[in-house]
Amino acid sequence: MDIKNTLIKFQSIIALLVLCIVLAILSDKFLTPENGWNIMRQISVNVCISVGMTLVILTRGIDLSVGSILALSGAVAAGLLKFGIDLPSMNLYIGFTVFGAILSGLFVGGGLGFFNGWMITKFKVPSFVATLAMLTIARGATMLWTGGFPITGLGDNFAFIGTGWFLGVPMPVWITIVVVAIAVVVTKRTKFGRYIYAIGGNESAARLSGLNITKIKVWVYALAGILAAVGGIILTSRLDSAQPNAGISYELDSIAAVVIGGTSLSGGRGSIMGTVQGALIIGVLNSGLVLLNVSPFWQQIIKGFVILIAVILDRINHPNEE
Amino acid sequence: MAEEHIILRAENITKKFTGVTALDGVNLDVHTGKVNVIVGENGAGKSTLMKILSGVYPDYEGALLLRGEEVNFANPKEAMKKGIAIIHQELNLIPYLSITANIFLGREIVNSFGILDFKEMNRVTKNLLERLECDISPRTLVSELRVGQQQLVEIAKALLEDAKVLIMDEPTSAITDSEIEVLFRIIQSLKEQQVSILYISHKLDELFIIADRFIGLRDGKMVGTIENVSEASKDDLIRLMVGRDIKNMYVKESTDFGDEVLRVDGISLPKIYDKSEFLVKDVSFTIRQGEVLGIFGLMGAGRTELLETIFGLHPKVMTGTIYIAGKEVKIKSVMNAVENGMGLVPEDRKEDGLVLPMEIFKNISMASVNQVVKNGFLNAQTESELAKKYIDDLRIKTPSYNESAKNLSGGNQQKVVLSKWLATAPKILFLDEPTRGIDVNAKNEIYHVINNLAKNGLGVLVVSSELPEIMAISDRIIVMSESRITGEFTQSEANEDKIMKAAIA
Repeated sequence: MDIKNTLIKFQSIIALLVLCIVLAILSDKFLTPENGWNIMRQISVNVCISVGMTLVILTRGIDLSVGSILALSGAVAAGLLKFGIDLPSMNLYIGFTVFGAILSGLFVGGGLGFFNGWMITKFKVPSFVATLAMLTIARGATMLWTGGFPITGLGDNFAFIGTGWFLGVPMPVWITIVVVAIAVVVTKRTKFGRYIYAIGGNESAARLSGLNITKIKVWVYALAGILAAVGGIILTSRLDSAQPNAGISYELDSIAAVVIGGTSLSGGRGSIMGTVQGALIIGVLNSGLVLLNVSPFWQQIIKGFVILIAVILDRINHPNEE
Repeated sequence: MAEEHIILRAENITKKFTGVTALDGVNLDVHTGKVNVIVGENGAGKSTLMKILSGVYPDYEGALLLRGEEVNFANPKEAMKKGIAIIHQELNLIPYLSITANIFLGREIVNSFGILDFKEMNRVTKNLLERLECDISPRTLVSELRVGQQQLVEIAKALLEDAKVLIMDEPTSAITDSEIEVLFRIIQSLKEQQVSILYISHKLDELFIIADRFIGLRDGKMVGTIENVSEASKDDLIRLMVGRDIKNMYVKESTDFGDEVLRVDGISLPKIYDKSEFLVKDVSFTIRQGEVLGIFGLMGAGRTELLETIFGLHPKVMTGTIYIAGKEVKIKSVMNAVENGMGLVPEDRKEDGLVLPMEIFKNISMASVNQVVKNGFLNAQTESELAKKYIDDLRIKTPSYNESAKNLSGGNQQKVVLSKWLATAPKILFLDEPTRGIDVNAKNEIYHVINNLAKNGLGVLVVSSELPEIMAISDRIIVMSESRITGEFTQSEANEDKIMKAAIA
C-alpha cells in the first residue's frame, strides 16, 4: 500500500527518470552537459508561462491568451528598447533603457492579464471565452505594433537575458528558478496561495467564508499575464528578435505541462513542482526525439499520447473527481 | 419455492471498500406491496445496501433473489429492466430538458423515420403525472420545477419502466410538508398497485405514518425488524437504530440574555426578474447575547434568503437596515459580514460549507487565515494547533487534522464548518438547517454546541424545518411563511399547533 502510494506520488519523477535512462541508452548525445543546458534553456519559457497557467487552472479557470500576451510583451519591450517613443509631431522622444523596456513589457503582460481577470469576474465571461478573445486581441495588437515584421538588433545587454551565463548557469534558467521558487512559496505558504486552492476546490464555500474571490482571481490572471511577459522577454532576448508570430500555440504546451504535472482541470488540486516536472518531461521528450531523428510529425503524435497517458494515470489515482 | 409475499431478498450481502467493511452479511426481505423502511444511523450502511439492490455497485459477496430467482445487476439500467428503480437523495435530472425528455431519456419513442415522437411521449408523460396528482405541463423544463416536483418526475420515470420495487433514499429531506403529504398519498396508491417500497429516512415522525415494517441496520449488520408498526413506539425504533436508549431529546437550557447583538429592520429582498415580488418581505427582529432565535418555515418560505440577505450576499437589491450592537452597519459583501462578526453555516455543507478535497485544518482556518499568518507566511504549527483545538472542543471524529474533509461523516463535516466560524470569534452565528442529514447522536452534539455558544454570549440564529428541533433548541421562534414573518413565540408559548398554523398562514 505504502509502496503504491509512493509510486503514485513520484510518478512524474519516475517517468522522467525512465525517459532519461532510455534516451541515454538510445543516444550518446543525450546525456551531455550541453544537451542538458539546452533542454533547460528551451523549457524555461514554457515553465514561466506554465507557472502562471497552474495558478489559473488551480482556480478552475484556463488562460488561452498566454502565447499572444507573450508575443505582445516581447514586441513592446523590443520596440521600446530599439525605437523608444518617438512622436516628432509633438516634439516628444522618450528613450528606454533595457530595464525600462523590460518593465514596460511586464507591465503590458500584467495589464492584459488584469483585463482578462476583470472580464471574468466582473462580467462573468467564462475564462475560456475571455482569454480566447484576448488571444486574438493581443495577437492583432502585436501585428499592429510590429507592422508584421520582426524587431531585431536589440543589443548585447538585452541579449544577455536570453543567452548569457551566470555562475555557470544560463540566465533563462536562473530566471526560471527564481520564478518557480517564488511560486512554490506563494502557493504553499501564503494566504493568497491558500485562497487559490480554496476557490478552485469550492468557489461557493470560499465566497461564503468571506474570501474576496474577485480580487484573488484578477490577481491570478494578472500574474499569468506577467509570467507570459517574462517568457516573452526571455524568448525575444534569446532570438535577439521580437517575432510577430512568436508564441503561437504556446498555451497548448503550457496546458500540457500543467496537466502532465498532475494538476486537475477541475481546480483545487495540483502543484507548481508538478508543472515543472511536466514541462521537463515534454522538454526531454522533444530533445530526445530530435536526437533520435524522429520525424516532427511523429513527435507531435507521441506528445499527444503522452498527455493522454498522464491524464489516464491521474484519473486512475483520483477516480472520484469529475 | 418462492415465497409469494417476498419480492426481493438479499442473502448474506457483504460489501467491502478499501479497508472498510460497509456491509457485513446482511439479510433483508422486501415484502410485496409494503413500505419497508430501513432505519439506522449515518454510516450504518443503508445507502450502500440500496446501491447494491439497484445495481450501482455490481461487486459484492452474497446473493440477490428477485421473486426467488437469483439476479446480479451489472448496472442500474439492468436493475431497472427487472423492475427495481431507485430515487436518489440527490436527484439526477437534466435541468435544461423538459419533463418528458427526462422521463424518456434513453428510451425515447421514435417513429419509423427515427424522429422523436413528442406527441406520444408527452401524452404518456401527462398520464404519469396525473397518476402522481401533478398538474404540470410535460413540456416544462426541469430547471423550473421545485425540488418536490422534481422528485415526482423521478418517480414518474420509475413508473414508466413499470417498477415493481421502488427504492427511496431520504425522499422528504428537501420538500415541503404539503409536498410530503402528496408523496405519502402517492406511496399509498403505489402500494395498492402492488409496488413494493424500500424507504430510508431520518425523520422518525413521518416513518410512523408511512411504514408497514421497520428493518434495522447498524454498523453494516442487520439487527432486527419490527413487523408490527402499530404497536411500536418511537423508543422502540430508536433502540433498533442505535442499540441503546437515548435519553429524552435535548432541551435548551435557559440563560440570561445580554445586550442586543443584531437587529434588523424592514429587511426585504425582491425577486431578480420581478421586482414587485419578494423573497423576503419586511422582516424585522432582534437577537441578544446568549439568545438562540429559531426561524421556522416550510421550504420556500424565504428563510435561507433572509440569512443570505443579512450576510451580504444580495447587497445591491436588498433594502432595510442592519444594526450590530446597536450601531447601523452597511453589509456590502460577505467580507463585510465576516468583519462585523457574523458567520454562516450554510444549508448545504458539501456545496457551500466545505472545500471537500481540502484538509480539515485548512477548512477550519479558511475564514480567519490571518490568525495563522506570521511575517506574511502561513505558520503550519499555529494552524494545526488551531485545528486540533476545535477537533477536541467539538469532538470531531477524524484520524488526523490532515484528513480531507470529504472523508468525514456528515455530522463531523458539519462540525468542521462550525469550527471554521468559531475560529473567527464571531458575535453572531447563522445556522441554516444545521442538522440536515446527520444522525441522532451527532444532532444532539450539535445542539449542545449551539447551547454552549449561546452561553458564551453569542447571538445564534437557527433556521430549521424540523419542528421538534426548532422547539428544543430555541429561546424564541419566528415563523416565516411566503417571505414574511407570520408568528413569533417564546419557548414557553410555542407548541406544534401554533407554529404550524403560522407556517401555513
